[in-house]
Amino acid sequence: METITKKTILKNKLITQFQSSKNTLFGSGSLRELAINFFEKQGIPTRKHEEYKYLNLDVMLKGEFSSPAKKSLTSQQINSKSFLKNAKTIVIENGFFNQSLSTIDGLPKEIQILDICKSSELEIFKNHYSKYADISTDAFIALNTAMAVSGVFIYIPKGIVFETPIHILHISSVTENTFTNPRNLIVVGENAQVQLIESYQSIDSTATTINNALTEIVIEENANVNHYKIQDESEFGYLINTTQIYQKSKSVFTTNTFILSGALVRNNLTIVLDGEHIETHLNGLYLTKDNQVVDNHTLVDHWKSNCNSNELYKGIIEDKSSATFNGKIFVRKDAQKTNAFQSNKNILLSDDGTVNTKPQLEIYADDVKCSHGTSTGKLDTDKIFYLRARGLSELSAKKMLMHAFASEVVEGIKLPELLEYVEAKVTERFE
Amino acid sequence: MLSIKNLHASIDGKEILRGINLEIKAGEVHAIMGPNGSGKSTLSAVLAGREDYEVTEGEVIFNGKNLLALSPEDRAREGIFLAFQYPVEIPGVSNVNFLKTAINEIRNYKGLPPMEAKDFLVMLKEKQKLVELDAKLASRSVNEGFSGGEKKRNEIFQMAMLEPKLAILDETDSGLDIDALRIVANGVNKLKSKENATIVITHYQRLLDYIVPDVVHILYKGKIVKTGSKELALELEEKGYDFIKAEVEI
Repeated sequence: METITKKTILKNKLITQFQSSKNTLFGSGSLRELAINFFEKQGIPTRKHEEYKYLNLDVMLKGEFSSPAKKSLTSQQINSKSFLKNAKTIVIENGFFNQSLSTIDGLPKEIQILDICKSSELEIFKNHYSKYADISTDAFIALNTAMAVSGVFIYIPKGIVFETPIHILHISSVTENTFTNPRNLIVVGENAQVQLIESYQSIDSTATTINNALTEIVIEENANVNHYKIQDESEFGYLINTTQIYQKSKSVFTTNTFILSGALVRNNLTIVLDGEHIETHLNGLYLTKDNQVVDNHTLVDHWKSNCNSNELYKGIIEDKSSATFNGKIFVRKDAQKTNAFQSNKNILLSDDGTVNTKPQLEIYADDVKCSHGTSTGKLDTDKIFYLRARGLSELSAKKMLMHAFASEVVEGIKLPELLEYVEAKVTERFE
Repeated sequence: MLSIKNLHASIDGKEILRGINLEIKAGEVHAIMGPNGSGKSTLSAVLAGREDYEVTEGEVIFNGKNLLALSPEDRAREGIFLAFQYPVEIPGVSNVNFLKTAINEIRNYKGLPPMEAKDFLVMLKEKQKLVELDAKLASRSVNEGFSGGEKKRNEIFQMAMLEPKLAILDETDSGLDIDALRIVANGVNKLKSKENATIVITHYQRLLDYIVPDVVHILYKGKIVKTGSKELALELEEKGYDFIKAEVEI
């Protein structure tokens, strides 16, 4: 009973907050009204909701939540967290685009990067904003759409090949519990190429932060997007993270998600393949411990024929942590000659840890190649023995095997600087 | 070097080794032959320290140390090497990295500093040549996608790198064609010295044409029932294991 009340209190508070601030927010007021109505109807999901069956959100609802403080970080503090020195860094502090801490000067003039709240009059914004993340499908999408105040808008126009990686650095620096709804829209034009890194981190924060970020990425014909997500929050950081991808013909999209820490991480990754000859790769690695909760929901939605998608998610689960993988492949009736593959592998290191894995294939076309596989097990004792029989201690044998298990995903990183960073994080985790 | 006295071992409550006695001196090659299920692989597993087996009686002294009290890694560090009958594949762990870690942990155990990277590479090349192992295989993940012969050759390569005092070859010949067998045997022969010893466990006499034993033991129902010179292996090949069974069961 108590948690239902808490959810209702928070819900009502968010709605009140919306009502008092709605006239100051960017974009269409009617969209926001629609969205808040959906949120009001659905409320914060409970475990009775099929898509939230394994996610207990109650843990994050302790205490009061206030609106986030805007900006307090110094460039020195940001430097310690911006792990890609060769990237253009966009700082989103406590949900707000922080222009002065970002390093986005010297961009080619065609490329636009600006606070999303200042982009709502642009044609390209109007054409794409909120066209992909459907407010009627998820309470958190509705909430974000109603309440978003800031975030980044990125436009890479037709034909632009931008080789410098763009790093969107979400960082929390608050001292009070906060609930934020950052919103990003990225449009990659025809034949354009870009590398995007989203990271979620915090600085010296002992306050509970709930970050309900939503990112829509539009990938036009023949465009190529390499996307990385690094989730490395503190033990007080809760991430509800929606990534909505829309791909047109002949485009290539690769995404690699690394969940390294954080109290709770829920990822909703949806990719719509609306065109032919599209290629999509989704890789994920989650390393959980203590009481961490990680829940990855992915949906690969094949609309048209002759497309390929390939998904690999791997996890190592320690202590009392829990990990959920819910991966759905949807092949619509026009999507003939689809190749869609999915694999989820878990290593469960403790007796108290939990793994839930739910692969789903829904196929309405008849000429397709689809498969899914899932495994959950302990570290292989034969392999451990083999290594020990060569002189490795039991501990280093186990570390070596965990590292090897993770490396299949880590090695998918194509940016040397990022590879080195993640590699070091993974190694550190097994030290 | 190795002294086994009245060794009894069981798995899941079933006794497999029923009183093994064996003495091996430095410089010797011993062959242990026996029919399927006689306990050959159990003996090698117990010596290497596989924890599935329970030693119920007896002792094993290796260079003055109570071997059975040591962990598998400490046995390896003391100089025991088991060439596995079925080497496991370990995707994601490179042969080179694995060997470097193994060598340095062994050195650490002996109070030695880690090996210089340059020295390691020199050694790597030299030993690859010795066992005729393709450099490409050496840099790949441990045994991943290797053929049966390549796996066995990789075992001998590891043995060459780790320079053990006592090598136990557990059915290293099984599944090998004659060329692979010759290469593996050559490797073993080249690594032989006055300081080290080898136990060759095999079902067939064939391997012993290439690795010539000083002593041949016949293992049957968990006991060594006959010990002789290399001629014993030939006799066994000729008459089959039935002659042993008949002799023992009379």
